[in-house]
Amino acid sequence: MTTDTIRRLLTEAIKPETLEILDNSAAHAGHAGARSGGGHYNVTIIADVFEGKSLVQRHQLIYQALGDLMKQQIHALGINALSPSEENERN
Amino acid sequence: MSVIERIKDQLENNPVVLYMKGTPDFPQCGFSGQTVQVLAACNAKYMAVNIFEDAELREALKEYSHWPTYPQLYINGELVGGCDIITDLYQKGELAAMLATTAE
Repeated sequence: MTTDTIRRLLTEAIKPETLEILDNSAAHAGHAGARSGGGHYNVTIIADVFEGKSLVQRHQLIYQALGDLMKQQIHALGINALSPSEENERN
Repeated sequence: MSVIERIKDQLENNPVVLYMKGTPDFPQCGFSGQTVQVLAACNAKYMAVNIFEDAELREALKEYSHWPTYPQLYINGELVGGCDIITDLYQKGELAAMLATTAE
């Protein structure tokens, strides 16, 4: 399962406090991007490494961790990347 | 001109560049389409590059920017992000401010 692989790669590379992965592939079945077989996923990830980093840098860290997965198995990845202090502000 | 030189040339000569799937009038992906709408809401002037028409650039830019997906929005030569980030910045009012720095 791609979801399990995503979880493993992100956990190893980013050591998140919280990691939620949603598989939205079914909602996109049949549209042009889904034809290649790549899925649509959403991740919510809270980790220390995001502290002080821009959104682009956070996403780059995540893309780097996922590596080749982004080429085939994942067509689209929604990312909500927060540092622990930002998460506290939200609550 | 190599493909990397071509990318650098586009980014140097255009303050706002959107690399997208399809065109602003006919986006071929929901994420590209949403980004176009957000830019339109900001009255942004930008250059759009349809990556479906340039397979070489499509692959090279992913390596160049360490960003594996499209769309990709650049302001003043810097990658600002994809659809999620652009939408987020728009909702916070920050995108309009960033675009304003490019206005002549």
